[in-house]
Amino acid sequence: MNANKIYPWYFSSGAIVLYLLFIVAPALLGIYYSFTDWNSYSSEKNFIGLEHFRTILAGDPTYLLFIKNTVLFTLVTSIAKTVLGLFLALLLVSGVKAANLHRMIIFSPQVLSFLIVGLVFKSLLDPNNGFVNVTLRSLGLDVLAQNWLGSLTWAMPSIMAVDTWKGMGYIMVLFIAGLLAIPRDYYEAASIDGAGFGQKLFRITIPMLMPTITIATVLNITYGLRVFDAVYVLTNGGPGNATDVINTAVYSSFAKGYWGLGSALSTILFVIMAIISFFIIRLMNRKVEY
Amino acid sequence: MRLRKRLASIGLNALAWLLSLVVLIPFVVIVLNSFKSDAEAKVLKLTLPEKFIFENYKIVYEQGHLGGSFFNSLLHSGASSLLLVFVVAFSAFTLSRNHSKLSKFLYFFLILGITLPLNYIPLMEVMKSMGMINSHVGMILLYTAMGIPISLFITYAFVSNIPKELDEAAIMDGCNGIKLFLRIIVPLLTSVLVTVFVLNFLSVWNEFTAPLYMLNTVEMWPMTLAVYNFFGQFSAQWNLVSADIVLTSLPVLIVFLIGQKYIVGGLTSGAVKG
Repeated sequence: MNANKIYPWYFSSGAIVLYLLFIVAPALLGIYYSFTDWNSYSSEKNFIGLEHFRTILAGDPTYLLFIKNTVLFTLVTSIAKTVLGLFLALLLVSGVKAANLHRMIIFSPQVLSFLIVGLVFKSLLDPNNGFVNVTLRSLGLDVLAQNWLGSLTWAMPSIMAVDTWKGMGYIMVLFIAGLLAIPRDYYEAASIDGAGFGQKLFRITIPMLMPTITIATVLNITYGLRVFDAVYVLTNGGPGNATDVINTAVYSSFAKGYWGLGSALSTILFVIMAIISFFIIRLMNRKVEY
Repeated sequence: MRLRKRLASIGLNALAWLLSLVVLIPFVVIVLNSFKSDAEAKVLKLTLPEKFIFENYKIVYEQGHLGGSFFNSLLHSGASSLLLVFVVAFSAFTLSRNHSKLSKFLYFFLILGITLPLNYIPLMEVMKSMGMINSHVGMILLYTAMGIPISLFITYAFVSNIPKELDEAAIMDGCNGIKLFLRIIVPLLTSVLVTVFVLNFLSVWNEFTAPLYMLNTVEMWPMTLAVYNFFGQFSAQWNLVSADIVLTSLPVLIVFLIGQKYIVGGLTSGAVKG
């Protein structure tokens, strides 16, 4: 039996052509553009070597701020979603009533566009009339009322909080599936030996969940590094540049007509992600052959 | 001891409801405000409207270009998801069955796109050169390409679980590759293909970045851009903005309720096995 005849490679050609055209070609072209002065003000694309990379990494410090913001956003939201997701999952498998209803409610923001979620929170976090400040004031907690999205101190934490609010449900669902796969007898045996809640959590649950924790972390990190909608809709990078991340900076250099520079920013993100992807694909491969 | 257990159970249930409320309250505030008058909605409070004003929804529909945008979103999501199911079924089948080095390489090459960021500036250039900027066909093909990596990953694992003996039996009975695929494999793949369809439909419906770069005429806008633009014009009128948000999230929430099993199943597959 000749495999090439029964499973001809050209069955995959549709997927391969689309992928090459829309994903791979722009990626390669982008790397090339990174080395040119391509912009909307001249029709020529001149090769200028590493100049953009020098500007981004050693010239204008605002670009380093964007990279720092991206990393900070990724770190904080990844940890918050993993911890909260695990906590929620443990709560919902502990035998609470209507666990499925809770699961559905907490997961639901995940299916909405960040645009919708962003607008909802833009209205809730409005400094004057927003629900959050109005509620705080009516409770007599005026001191806690803030200009959430407009202040240098609170804008980034607010975006992180909204993003965590949206994404924790997905991570929770992953953990619920992981928890349900742990054999019950482990816990029974531990109970007989007199293990308490904490001991069971750290000696059985968390070690058994390590594969799920790894995948959740990977998903959170790759999502976090690519973040765009959340920042664009909530603050558009403001106040000033305080909340700009790599992808919002790419968009503004695109809008300003600095296409070569924008491509260089994209390329930096691409390189970071490619390194991470290499490890991820290896992880996922192990899972498939499981 | 029994009392302590009961108290613990009440405490856990209360905590679960508290956390669900943290997720629900923002939506409740928006829904309530969508029925309020302009003056009443100025302050986003958690109170019932004095009088339910359904007029808000009519205004939003007429001034927000929602009809046309709804059609665009439906076309982009529906057509790209159908095309995606088609190309992914074919490629998952051949790549997973054919154990050559080339197949393995192609598989990894294609799923690499799960994590790699899209570079929109050169993508615009590529699409421009093919005459696909501001075109429905261009958007549909782009969304299909964007959906390939994760969908292939989900489907590939599924095909691997179909016993190869089935293929051998079918070939003995005189099937060739295409017949084997259409008559034996596709029927077995139905559930995973539905999952791929639903997941892609939702992600295209929610897509904001690609249209922001690629579409600059109002007639081509999907719901997301129409809503964003509406917010820009009416940001002072919370009642209208709220009604707009409700109207545009409804289709997604309905798809979620119907396709819940597929959505959750698809998002967890690959992540949790064993």
